[in-house]
Amino acid sequence: MSLLQVNNLEVEFPLLSGKVKALKDISFSLDKGERIGIVGESGAGKSVTAFAILNLISKPGRITNGSIWFDGANLADMDRDQIRNIRGNKISMIFQDPMMTLNPVLTISTQMVECLQAHRNLPEAEAKKIAVEKLRAVQIPAPETRLDQYPHELSGGMRQRVVIAIALISDPALIIADEPTTALDVTIQAEILQLLLELCVNFNVGLILITHDLGVVSQVTQRTLVMYAGSIIEQGPTRELISSPLHPYTQGLIGALPEQTTPGSRLNQIPGVMPSLQDIPEGCAFHPRCTLAVAKCQHQIPELKGKTSRLCACHLVDDADA
Amino acid sequence: MNFSLERMRRSPVYYSFINNKVAMVSAAILSTLLLVSILAPFIAPYDPWDQTAFDIMDSEYPPIGSSGADDRFLLGTDDMGRDMLSTILYGTGISIAIGIFATILQAFMGISIGLVSGYFGSRLDSFLMRIADIQLSFTTLMVAIIILAVFQAAVGLNSYERYALLMIVLVIGIAEWPQYARTVRACVLAEKKKEYVDAVKVIGLRPMRILYRHILPNTFSPLLVISTVQVANAIITEAGLSFLGLGMPITKPSLGSLIRNGFDYIFSGSWWITFLPALVLIVLILTINLLGDWLRDVLNPKIYK
Amino acid sequence: MPDTAVNQPMGPALISIKSLYKEFNISGSFLEELGFEKGRPVRRRESVKAINGVNLEIQQGEALCVVGESGCGKTTVGRAVMGLIDPTRGEIHYAGQRIDNLSAVDRFPYRKKMQMIFQNPYASLNPRKTVQATLAEPAKFHAPELNETQRQEKIVAVMDSVGVSPKWAKRYPHEFSGGQRQRISIARALMVDPEFIVADEPISALDVSIQAQVLNLLMQAREERQLTYLFITHDLAVVEHFGTRVAVMYLGTLCELGNCNEIFHYPRHPYTRALLSAIPKLGSDPVGHIKLKGEVPTPINLPSGCVFHGRCQFANDRCKSEAPGLNRTDNGVRVACHAIEENRL
Repeated sequence: MSLLQVNNLEVEFPLLSGKVKALKDISFSLDKGERIGIVGESGAGKSVTAFAILNLISKPGRITNGSIWFDGANLADMDRDQIRNIRGNKISMIFQDPMMTLNPVLTISTQMVECLQAHRNLPEAEAKKIAVEKLRAVQIPAPETRLDQYPHELSGGMRQRVVIAIALISDPALIIADEPTTALDVTIQAEILQLLLELCVNFNVGLILITHDLGVVSQVTQRTLVMYAGSIIEQGPTRELISSPLHPYTQGLIGALPEQTTPGSRLNQIPGVMPSLQDIPEGCAFHPRCTLAVAKCQHQIPELKGKTSRLCACHLVDDADA
Repeated sequence: MNFSLERMRRSPVYYSFINNKVAMVSAAILSTLLLVSILAPFIAPYDPWDQTAFDIMDSEYPPIGSSGADDRFLLGTDDMGRDMLSTILYGTGISIAIGIFATILQAFMGISIGLVSGYFGSRLDSFLMRIADIQLSFTTLMVAIIILAVFQAAVGLNSYERYALLMIVLVIGIAEWPQYARTVRACVLAEKKKEYVDAVKVIGLRPMRILYRHILPNTFSPLLVISTVQVANAIITEAGLSFLGLGMPITKPSLGSLIRNGFDYIFSGSWWITFLPALVLIVLILTINLLGDWLRDVLNPKIYK
Repeated sequence: MPDTAVNQPMGPALISIKSLYKEFNISGSFLEELGFEKGRPVRRRESVKAINGVNLEIQQGEALCVVGESGCGKTTVGRAVMGLIDPTRGEIHYAGQRIDNLSAVDRFPYRKKMQMIFQNPYASLNPRKTVQATLAEPAKFHAPELNETQRQEKIVAVMDSVGVSPKWAKRYPHEFSGGQRQRISIARALMVDPEFIVADEPISALDVSIQAQVLNLLMQAREERQLTYLFITHDLAVVEHFGTRVAVMYLGTLCELGNCNEIFHYPRHPYTRALLSAIPKLGSDPVGHIKLKGEVPTPINLPSGCVFHGRCQFANDRCKSEAPGLNRTDNGVRVACHAIEENRL
């Protein structure tokens, strides 16, 4: 039984020039305790997907189609009170910059306790005990002393640990992490990723990890979705997807990494840029940049399909499978 | 700067304007007021500054529609027999002129000081900002009252009438430069850190050129916003001064002077002498402020991105 | 002692950084500095010690990469070389000539030879100037002999070479994407035909697929124009690909310096090892990285002795009191570490 089931999700933003589809027909599922990654470049729609799950899309953008099934209910249909019950409680979210996530004028204790008390009727002493427990779980040394500190008194890595502790505080079933390590130094990033992995495994918490860094997904996730211009174009077990990518875009992304070419020679670059959501070409959104594109690619949008757990939205792959 | 009608129509500022009824109506009313006050010498039925053109026997006619009105005077006359419509037209022009010129003066002083203070920093900055702080602790109205009262006493009423406009513009202009200086300085401090400033330093441009050709154009947005507020403020300050008898003289009245002039007659029944100029002043200030509000929202850089 | 490494750095030293120190005074105004200690007024000064004794030479034609995490001082080194900040102590030399103490007028000819590319594509172009105006300005000042037409031709040529279509010259920066803006910044740097470029994290703010494009562009420019680069970055994969030599910095001090090949295959300094192990590699396990003890200390109160000793598992008493010098080891790599010197590693 899946924990989260997203079906045909569509999100639209009305702009000056007309309505723009930020997400087109997004479908995926997540089992209990499963860790998946959503990979793509800026503008691909990965953050929009995460925000849509928790109904955080800022107006005038809105979900125009599809359903998000979680714990037997459709999140897309919920009213404000119902979805507030889910946020921070059953599904938590971690954002990129811990200095922006934490309120600089409130102590760590206040921020953690208020998160707990928003969902449960607990006396403050009780809530503080749980807070210390969670701070210990994220490996912050001397957790009792941190309660009265302010965010600026902690280093960047510690702050992100506090953010993770807040995300865990109500024992959620799912954590959505939007670029949680992009703002951190490399050595701290490694520690935070390891921490996330251990926590999810130990507490059996599902994880949706959103990032642009393929190295990060390969270390933490079991499955990966690759997004391009608002659609999922490839899906599959992470190890396999990275070692033998099917979609030309995924191949291009991996191929463009410096590790893939000999030092000193030119990198394999993908020509052109990802189209803005207002200028998505007809047919396959990637075809203008694809070296393997054929006539069919210019007119027909490829479907995300596949025989095994590896799904791919590409005519060439589809034809080869047949 | 590269400017074209096509570009303007595509801009988010234009889009926001078209969709904001308050902004459009305010702009329409304000433009009308501006237009009629500029054209006042041509469209006003009488010349209210010509001391020989009016007759005390024509005084206190009510506006058309009330009993006892005279066909010659659309909005009635004041206590001296001057046509209300004409005095209001000319008076609006004077009020607006004072507002604009005083603001131009403060802008010129304030921007120059703010640019230098923000860019060069350290002791110069501390010194200039302390002066600004000291100046801000004296309210403009208080300073204006003192200076104008002394001036009026010193040169006598006749000379005063000749130099009133200049003096008011000078006093309000000089008293308010810290507003511009602070705004520009804050902007310069932010822009100074941006990499395009480093880039032109690396090219080897001199500081003055960097200040005026690179940083200054990027401070226009907040300057535009405070300019609307400052124009409105200047008009109100002048109206206040005139109301106290220290502003424009009754021979060349601004809206404030007209309001003052009619004040004695409110209770004796000739309400229109005060009320009509007051109405125009309120509408003028209101439209400027509403447009300023809209401008501030639309130029907000967070929305821009 | 000449380098005996396989890849010899080419040519004489173009840039020499000698005993560079830079402190930023953060004490605030005079009144804020005053305090009382034991009943007597005392003047307390706090400063951020961004660079602490860096000696570096950049050879002509090479791409020297400076890596480190936030707070290590690498950006400050770049800005000191370009003259955007003045050193507290130490000297910067260009082609044998000391340049850090020159007046603005004397420095001007060097501005033609040394240029800089910045990190943030959204802040490195003046939003109120068209691309045309931004590119014309450096040419106006450094190539005044060109007339209007010649300058225009040059702008077209440079825009073409960076891959931005010249027909967009009259547009404003906000009409371009991040990657295109970065190309325009590169074009601006190339307009004066420089010999040396400091690139401060030029691709960090760009999308992955665009990073490859811009990096290729920088490599192409280097080959076509025989440029020397000081490339500042935190992305080690890029360093391995683009650089000839790499300098690893921590808290304003050089830890390790040597050829990229050598250092990436055989890192010596404990910090370099931890840094390299922390890079998320495709298909690797996350538990493999070397853990560093404690937190990054503040550059306001530098640790005594070796700046890394508080986080290093190999630190001994000597490390706590004595700062190691940058000593040469085999294969021409220089390392600042007592443990390596004492053969404890």
